[in-house]
Amino acid sequence: MTDFDLVRKNLFRKPLRTILLTVSIFMAFLIFGMLTSLNVALNRASESGSSAERLVVSNKINFTQPLPIAYVNRIAAIPGVTGVTHSSWFGAFYQDQRNSRFVGFAVDPATYMTLYANDIRLTDAERKAFIAERTGVIVGKSIADQYGWKVGQTVPISSNIYVKPDGRRSWDMKITGIFTGAKPTDSTAALYFHYDYLNETNTFGRDQIGNVAVRTASSDLNTQVAKAIDAAFANSPYETSTVDEKTFAQAFLKQAGDLNFIVTMVVAAAFAAILMIVSTTLVSAMRERTKEIGVMKTLGFSSPRVLRMVLGEALLLSTMGAVLGLAVSAFILAGLSKSPAASTFGDLSMAPIVALSGLLLAITLGLVTGAIPAASALRMSIVDALNRR
Amino acid sequence: MSALIQLNNVTKNYRRGKEGIAIFDGLNLTIEKGDFVAIMGPSGSGKTTLLNLLGGTDRCDGGQIIFDGERIDGYSEGQLAAWRARSVGFIFQFYNLMPVLTAAQNVELPLMLTKLPARKRRDNVETALKIVELSDRAKHKPKELSGGQQQRVAIARAIVSDPKLLLADEPTGDLDRNTANDILRTLQQLNRELGKTIIMVTHDPEAARFANRTLHLDKGTFAEVTA
Repeated sequence: MTDFDLVRKNLFRKPLRTILLTVSIFMAFLIFGMLTSLNVALNRASESGSSAERLVVSNKINFTQPLPIAYVNRIAAIPGVTGVTHSSWFGAFYQDQRNSRFVGFAVDPATYMTLYANDIRLTDAERKAFIAERTGVIVGKSIADQYGWKVGQTVPISSNIYVKPDGRRSWDMKITGIFTGAKPTDSTAALYFHYDYLNETNTFGRDQIGNVAVRTASSDLNTQVAKAIDAAFANSPYETSTVDEKTFAQAFLKQAGDLNFIVTMVVAAAFAAILMIVSTTLVSAMRERTKEIGVMKTLGFSSPRVLRMVLGEALLLSTMGAVLGLAVSAFILAGLSKSPAASTFGDLSMAPIVALSGLLLAITLGLVTGAIPAASALRMSIVDALNRR
Repeated sequence: MSALIQLNNVTKNYRRGKEGIAIFDGLNLTIEKGDFVAIMGPSGSGKTTLLNLLGGTDRCDGGQIIFDGERIDGYSEGQLAAWRARSVGFIFQFYNLMPVLTAAQNVELPLMLTKLPARKRRDNVETALKIVELSDRAKHKPKELSGGQQQRVAIARAIVSDPKLLLADEPTGDLDRNTANDILRTLQQLNRELGKTIIMVTHDPEAARFANRTLHLDKGTFAEVTA
């Protein structure tokens, strides 16, 4: 028999109590695993594809407000700008708006493929075909895999924003390429098609675009170029706001609120509740065993060794709950990652840093919840413990 | 015979509120190696306190406690714990076995404080259970054993690490007469055949008869010594 055996047997002396505590901790770590992974995925998504040399110009009122397409050429003429393209949010979905939405942009293919050549990986043939085909669309690999789409196939892509003159919301698009991301973890739940195709068949917002992407000669020039762009359109009906890509992506994601803050608060609330429950239960469980601790000390178990065993129980309990919670959340996230709707958020699978943080949190939880009973076991005098009724 | 334990001018006080109460005020005692001593006395006479001092689970306020030629009254907590583990076996009135452990595991507890290999530990546990005639109950948990059997497991636990001294606090106080006599005969056997020095606190004159001598403790002093 080892100290660990003793710790394990003591922990499971009341199996129902231990199971209920484990379930409580499991729930807290399930919440932690899910929300933290989502937050990490969103932050990663906002960083992936973001370049230090690229700026995004959008309407100063809100990035959902349009800009005139004429701005593209005016921005291209500003000193320091080496490349310009534009994109417009399409609100794309396939057949069922609720279950098959994905990121869809109407773009200028030639310039877009130049500015985002590193982020949207296509063969040269696919790139040329996309630029040449007016109804062409390039789709991400995850979408193509999901629906079994192949290059050359024509698919109806619908919009939850735009309407055609005949009242239909669907545009037939010919798949000219299937792209991958720069990294395997980059989301490919997106599609890009010709802005001209949309602009010609659309019933409103003609010659208007969502935003302009700008490549600068150097990231050192970003601030200067951004100021120049915004100054160029100051006091116009369409004033602009120019920021770097990462800032823009984060602002986009913050439409739903400050996720970092929300996740931190929810996880903190869950852990505060668990801390109270587990601490109180462990203190009460240890009080029930006062006499046994007195006997162990009488037999010659030193106070530090008894302290280690009591802390060991709390650590074993929290680690069990944490490992279960993290494992189940990793399993759920892996399942969600396969869904195109969820993969809009990028790779949702649990990052090693989340698992590692979870385990560190479990150790901290164990140490904190075990601290009071362990300290009381350390201080307990043998005579008092044995006299306890 | 030579002395295993000597108490020289030992004092012990308790504090009750603001009042200090002297339990022992210059207590002297010598226990020879291989002796079996019963300590009797009325409630509050200091029997259990004496046992606590002898077992190093409580500290005296003055005087000397010498065990096998070595003063233990100045030991640190850690030193006392290590000394208890190698030198003293404890037997309690209510057995005080760990309910989550089997009889064999309870007996093994003191061996967790040694560096004996697992095989040797198992051998020692088997031997100890054989001595108390409980080999067939090794895998039973305390709740599956009778009071007498539980006390036998406690005795096996007390002797498994081969200590020089056994301290028994009312070891038969919770048992019927026949079972109590069985336990006392086991203690007598340990004293006679294995040479264990035993100090037993008891209220029961019948139990005291199994000892080699009886000390009567009253108001913190030994009032009478009978052989």
